[in-house]
Amino acid sequence: MKRAGFANTWLPILLLIPQLSIVAIFFYWPALEAVQSSFFLQDPFGFGSTFVGFENYADLFGSAEYRKVAWFTVIFTLLVTFLSLAIALLLAVKADTILRGAKTYRTLLMWVYAVAPPVAGFIGVIMFNQTWGPLTNLAGLVGWDFVLGVKFNDTAFAMVLVSVWKQVPVNFIFFLSGLQSFPKSVREAALIDNRSASGRFWDITFPLLAPTGFFLLITNITYALFDTFGVVDTLVKGEPGNNPMTLVYKVYVDGFRGNDLGGSSAQSVILMVLVLVLALTVFQFRLVERRIHYT
Amino acid sequence: MNRITVTAAAAFAMVANAAFAETEITWWHAMGGALGDTVNQIAADFNASQGEYKITPVFKGTYEETLTAGIAAFRAGEQPNILQVFDAGAATVIGAKGATIPVQDLLTDNGLTFDINDYISGVRYFYADSEDKMIGMPFNSSSPIMYYNVDALEKAGVTPPKTWEEFQSVTAPALKKAGYTALSQSHLPWIFTENFFSRHNLPFATNNNGYDGTDTKILVNSPEIKAHFKAVTEWQKDGYFEWFGTGWGDNQAPFEQGKVAIWLGSSGSFGGLMKKDLPFEFSATYLPYWEAVTKEPTQTFIGGASLFAMAGKSAEENKATAEFFRFLTSAEVQYYWHKSTGYVPVTEAAYELAKKDGHYDRFPAAEVGIKQLSLPGGKNTKGYRMGFYVQIRDVMNREYGRILTGETDVETAFKTIEDEANKLLARFGKTQS
Repeated sequence: MKRAGFANTWLPILLLIPQLSIVAIFFYWPALEAVQSSFFLQDPFGFGSTFVGFENYADLFGSAEYRKVAWFTVIFTLLVTFLSLAIALLLAVKADTILRGAKTYRTLLMWVYAVAPPVAGFIGVIMFNQTWGPLTNLAGLVGWDFVLGVKFNDTAFAMVLVSVWKQVPVNFIFFLSGLQSFPKSVREAALIDNRSASGRFWDITFPLLAPTGFFLLITNITYALFDTFGVVDTLVKGEPGNNPMTLVYKVYVDGFRGNDLGGSSAQSVILMVLVLVLALTVFQFRLVERRIHYT
Repeated sequence: MNRITVTAAAAFAMVANAAFAETEITWWHAMGGALGDTVNQIAADFNASQGEYKITPVFKGTYEETLTAGIAAFRAGEQPNILQVFDAGAATVIGAKGATIPVQDLLTDNGLTFDINDYISGVRYFYADSEDKMIGMPFNSSSPIMYYNVDALEKAGVTPPKTWEEFQSVTAPALKKAGYTALSQSHLPWIFTENFFSRHNLPFATNNNGYDGTDTKILVNSPEIKAHFKAVTEWQKDGYFEWFGTGWGDNQAPFEQGKVAIWLGSSGSFGGLMKKDLPFEFSATYLPYWEAVTKEPTQTFIGGASLFAMAGKSAEENKATAEFFRFLTSAEVQYYWHKSTGYVPVTEAAYELAKKDGHYDRFPAAEVGIKQLSLPGGKNTKGYRMGFYVQIRDVMNREYGRILTGETDVETAFKTIEDEANKLLARFGKTQS
């Protein structure tokens, strides 16, 4: 095949400039600003600022509260990622075998995708209303005295539930399309070889879905870490109090509520490093994956 | 026909605009819902009252969001003329010298009279500097007061408690027997902390409660307030007190539903409660105090927010802002604001007008807030001035929540609040150098 290319080296660069400048202006510039201001303590109005070196970072790592929030974020991310993937996979496998009314089922399973995180959180606030929320009443039926916004674990439960509910449809769409791309012959061969449905699932379906699953794993981790902000914000009703919160929400609380720009910049730099580590891990996995599958 | 009228009106408006060249100013505020309607009405009345100036109020979200929006706008040179800042943000905005024009200077420089004694005593100094110069114009001023369900108290055969001792030994047990949860409250840092110190005339922070410098230390870890919180946890165990989370409304709702007999809320909640047409008669009175701490309880602080004139505006615009402040603090406008919202009138003249008009004969409970703010004052009832106070309140809310859910005990919680608050104060001190 003939390789298409540019005769002039400047033209491709010129064509790239819009994209590159958007990345530079909206991503790298603010990121660098954050790195810079994380070394200062700043008056909110910008009149005075004092260079404090790594003090903002030292304060964070020395704070028992910050470690608590970090721990909660880890557990929250694991739970949301695992549950969103597992439930979506189960639904996709079941939906894949439906013959009649398949489209209706699928649409019903997908629509939640269109709900924005704050709206999802608001639905959670209504469902878990302290006095008349249907889910609060349901919990009461099984003897669980559920109080959103009062008990740490109850609020955490609501956060996980709403975040998972919101994310399952996205995963479902990807898993289902992954399943439907399997060649029919593979399925038929598997059907002859193994009569156990669960055996077929673990030996054939699951490994074949691995690339989709890996992609979803990464998007779900970033979702749980960052995109659940709206869910957290609405469920704590903007007043964190003794409620659980994620690291991203804490950046907002300290920076935008508390006007501590230096401290919250240091927190966002830590998150940037975290994402960088995550991205490198993904990159490494890809190399490994390629070696296994394609050589 | 209609079209002609409209066109004619538009043409007239354009001519009018060109002729008078109105000075336009903006006002960023955090008053949503019915309060926002009242704000818009006041602005419209101001615009209609004269032809030289035009004010545009803009709703910017919660108090925190409004302050952050104002700060961001200031840094970008796009600040509004007037910014509403709430009590907890006072230190931030007053600390930033050069961000605002002290309201006292603004008024006198523009040829208007200003006498701090025109204002009711409880609101005079909260938004003032250490030399008692008024920096922010008190606007929606409220104070925590005690609302009670008249029917419930009658059923239990008790009167509203004057002291916490009376509450725990007489009122609460009787209310419990009558089938009520005796007490809930809506803002632990505001009602049970800041105003606890004010009501008992106890120092809340060093440096004259933070007014005299930025190397301030909080004095929250004191035996009196710890005793109070220990009592609160006892009440919770005995079923006299219930806590429904950090959200304001979650604690108010059970009172409205008639489950809780006494609710500590804002005097500014009065208007809203009246409009709700509750199935029982309610009234209000002063916040109780501990007789064991003081025999002479003092006034409370104002809560709510004040209006700051932002710096960096032209002389004409500042003149317009000053004129608007004059309009806003006139007795008639203050009385209108007081009547429709429940916030206290900030001037003595407006208070007199409300009395003369018979407002308090019709609604005795509407006077509680202002009367409580006019109680005898003391050294520690002026207010407090602490930086990063929004975060300090968040720490309080967190630790109080942990106390009330049994995650921690009073001693540990107050030690934590003291440590974290002092760290935040030290950090704020560094931003001010």
